[in-house]
Amino acid sequence: MTKIIEPSKQSSIFRRPSSETGIWSWITTVDHKRIGIMYGYAAFFFLLIGGLEALILRIQLSQPDNNFLTAAEYNAMFTMHGTTMIFLAIMPISAAFFNYLLPLQIGARDVAFPRLNALSFWIFIFGGAFLYSTFIFGTAGAPEGGYLAEEVGWLGSAPNGGWFGYQPNAGMKYSPGTAMDYWAIGLQILGIASLISAFNFITTIINMRTEGMRFMRMPVFTWMTFAVSFLLAFSLPIIAIALFYVTFDRKFGTTFFLTEGGGDPILWQHLFWLFGHPEVYILILPAFGIVSEVLPTFSRKPLFGYAAIVFAGFGIAFIGFGVWAHHMFASAISPVAQAGFGLSTMVIAVPTGVKIFNWLGTIWGGKLKLNTPMLFSLGFIGMFVIGGLSGVTHSIVPADTQQTDTYYVVAHFHYVLFGGALFGIFSGLYYWFPKVWGKMYNESLGKIHFWLMMIGFNLTFGPMHWLGLQGQVRRTWVYAEETNLQFWNIVVTVGAFIIALSIIVFMINWIFSKRNGEKAPFDPWDARTLEWAIPSPTPVWNFSTAPIVKSLDDFWHTKYSEDEEGRAVRREEADQILLELEEDGLNPSEHIALPNPSYFPIVLASGLPFLGYAVIYKSIPLALIGTVLLLIGGFGWGTEPLEEEIHIDSDE
Amino acid sequence: MITLYIVSTLFLIIVDNINMLVKNIFKLKNLKFSALILLSACIENAPLDSLSPEGPYARSIDELFWLTFWIAVVIFVIVQGALLLSVFVFKEKPDSPEPKQIHGNTKLEILWTVIPVIILAVIAVPTVRTIFDLANEPEDALKIEVIGHQWWFEYKYPDYDITTANVLVIPADKPIRLEMWSNDVLHNYWVPKLNGKRYLVPGQTTYLNLHADSPNEFWAQCGEYCGLSHSKMRGRVLALSESDFDTWVKNQQQNANKLEGNSLAAEGQQVYLNAGCTQCHVIDGVWDVQGDRIAPNLTHFANRNVFAGAALYNNEENLSKWLANPAEIKPGTFMPNLELTEEEINALIAYLGTLK
Repeated sequence: MTKIIEPSKQSSIFRRPSSETGIWSWITTVDHKRIGIMYGYAAFFFLLIGGLEALILRIQLSQPDNNFLTAAEYNAMFTMHGTTMIFLAIMPISAAFFNYLLPLQIGARDVAFPRLNALSFWIFIFGGAFLYSTFIFGTAGAPEGGYLAEEVGWLGSAPNGGWFGYQPNAGMKYSPGTAMDYWAIGLQILGIASLISAFNFITTIINMRTEGMRFMRMPVFTWMTFAVSFLLAFSLPIIAIALFYVTFDRKFGTTFFLTEGGGDPILWQHLFWLFGHPEVYILILPAFGIVSEVLPTFSRKPLFGYAAIVFAGFGIAFIGFGVWAHHMFASAISPVAQAGFGLSTMVIAVPTGVKIFNWLGTIWGGKLKLNTPMLFSLGFIGMFVIGGLSGVTHSIVPADTQQTDTYYVVAHFHYVLFGGALFGIFSGLYYWFPKVWGKMYNESLGKIHFWLMMIGFNLTFGPMHWLGLQGQVRRTWVYAEETNLQFWNIVVTVGAFIIALSIIVFMINWIFSKRNGEKAPFDPWDARTLEWAIPSPTPVWNFSTAPIVKSLDDFWHTKYSEDEEGRAVRREEADQILLELEEDGLNPSEHIALPNPSYFPIVLASGLPFLGYAVIYKSIPLALIGTVLLLIGGFGWGTEPLEEEIHIDSDE
Repeated sequence: MITLYIVSTLFLIIVDNINMLVKNIFKLKNLKFSALILLSACIENAPLDSLSPEGPYARSIDELFWLTFWIAVVIFVIVQGALLLSVFVFKEKPDSPEPKQIHGNTKLEILWTVIPVIILAVIAVPTVRTIFDLANEPEDALKIEVIGHQWWFEYKYPDYDITTANVLVIPADKPIRLEMWSNDVLHNYWVPKLNGKRYLVPGQTTYLNLHADSPNEFWAQCGEYCGLSHSKMRGRVLALSESDFDTWVKNQQQNANKLEGNSLAAEGQQVYLNAGCTQCHVIDGVWDVQGDRIAPNLTHFANRNVFAGAALYNNEENLSKWLANPAEIKPGTFMPNLELTEEEINALIAYLGTLK
């Protein structure tokens, strides 16, 4: 096998980058697998930072009237914890899975627009860096006319208006300084990254499926990617516009959300949650997809009710746009609106229930292999059910007016987003570890990680249910001793540190196994989907021969038939088929053209933070730098030669 | 397959009986107590406890919550039970046969789509009814205006021409209609033992009903994040018997007397008049503020057991801490550090003590 880089037939000022190893190969890569890996590491880095922020919050709350943090620091920490976990950890870690797996699951060699994929990643990186530069450059302080006893330190110089940025508190008058501008513009930049990848994935799924991969033969994870991409495409423009309004209010004197200028602070809530609720499903649907892959594999049974699970996913995505005002039951929306949104919220429980029962149907009667990914998937079901049930109590509008803005809600959405999304993500990280690295992870450490996380998670978020119902209000820097909330707050803090410990175990396992783990066999899980029909780690070109799909779970059916009772029976020729697949996967017999690396995605992306700073500091030079970078990126992108393709030829 | 049908039949039977089950639970009020034991986690004497209602509004919410809670418990037990059962029964053993390749079961799937719909319909009816009940303006309600400020609640009684702060005084066993708005950012008024929360919005009037069964003191807290000292935007609701309430009203309608002479309190009045307090604080009969009244009315300050957004009990120790540097206690506060001397602070405290 040799790689030949053909010289350009067309003269151009730019040459495509050609490094295959080293830092430049990563910076210029357009390979969906490498982009996926970079997404994963960057998101995990932010997950650690967000977790650190959570631990800081929990230390402050371990005692009533504690003074570990100042109010300014506490408010900055909870704002950054929420913003980081949602926009910089869970969303991009899902993007990591989408990037790495989507082309493999549909039998494609890359996504539809490889350079756009790289652009999306780099915009995410620059957006995250921009947002976090607030700790260096940002300023925050007391509302106009208010007094502080001490300076706001660097820790308090971060956005402090909450991840929800409710107006007018997050406006200039009540949140002076630049920190909230970093928040608004940072989210704007991150939104661009998500929009680009959403369109990329939609196009990829529609156009790049291999022969025979009809829609109803796609793996559920691919379906959920599809649903999430549509959710992103429809919900992000709403928040983009709302964030522009906020930035205009703060920087240029408009009054979209300010009462004194005829604006409406409640309008912000409508816009925010019209994005914000679909966002919840953007965070959870990828985990639904992962679990729907893991459960059948380790139950050795097909997914129970494939079509129902797919349609339930889309049902959830669709209804998800009609429930936003349940975040606002304490606002003065009319009783009719309250009833309407309460009922629509109840309705969304139905497709969610369908999924849960179908998952139970999948494992029922199976042969369950209780390894780490399976444990996380089973844990996901258990924890997500709790989050789902407490979610239904929010749809009981009168009850919600007691629960809203208390720790009960904090408990609820952590059961959904941590017990749900994050458990699903960990399940996926272990499940596809052999695929990505060609090594096996350490099963014992994986199980220790699971049990520590399960215990820590429930200690942390379980007590929050009754803490909230018995009066602990969210986003409060201190609580009075007389509220008698101390005991369970200590338990919660201890739980948070157990979670931190479990994450350390995970990291040790990851680093150790990636270096010294056993070599992964070709198909370690006896799995069902196409990504397991190629060697591990995945070759650069994915598929040597484009697979032809004849049914759902095609790879499984090449290995297994059914006896008259309907039990799976391994085909005699299965081992031979696997050997052939591996041989073919490593040695492509046809000429494979892969997309070229490119310098320009990162150049183009690097212009955006400059534009952000330009708006914050109203600086023309910064705006010029940003614009020039965008122009260079765009021009270079448009004019770089396409012919210089990397060809992979067979060894002859 | 047979086991599947058994499980689903059991499921059906239980769901059929939910209504009865729930009714029985409500007949036996003690069961509510056993629910607390079940949770065994519940905190006693939590002043912001939404699970111990002390008025009809909060009670109707509480009943709805427990109805939902018990239904949720049943579903929880069924689903987690099925999950654990499958894990234990179908765990891989050396002799496990390959499983049957079941792709689904339409009847079963329809069943577990329809059953949740029925359960939700059962919850939906009382929910919608309670929504409208809670929104109705009660007859013969006492109207009180609640105005949110960063970070304290102001109360006005238009019928009695009273302005006060931090402590909302109401007659017990009488419906109260709160008309609320905000002077700055969003706030959220919450007296968990009397009703749910309602926003205070700048430029918009919102309404909330309260009704306390009997004379008692209740805690209030701002629910919505409203900036630096959101945590310390608290309050008290004091429900008084009818006669006590009348006495309170009469007292509140009195102006403060201007103090003369050389007492410490009179010195304190001079401090109040000269040190800068008069920029924002009204004391009826002594000083009226020109322009916006952005700070609590102090006319009957000594009558209130808490101050500074109900973050502090009204006693000498707390007052001297507060007056020495308000921002130390409530970061972001609009009350400046007036750099008062210790003597001035002591005099002011003596004066404030006379404002009954």
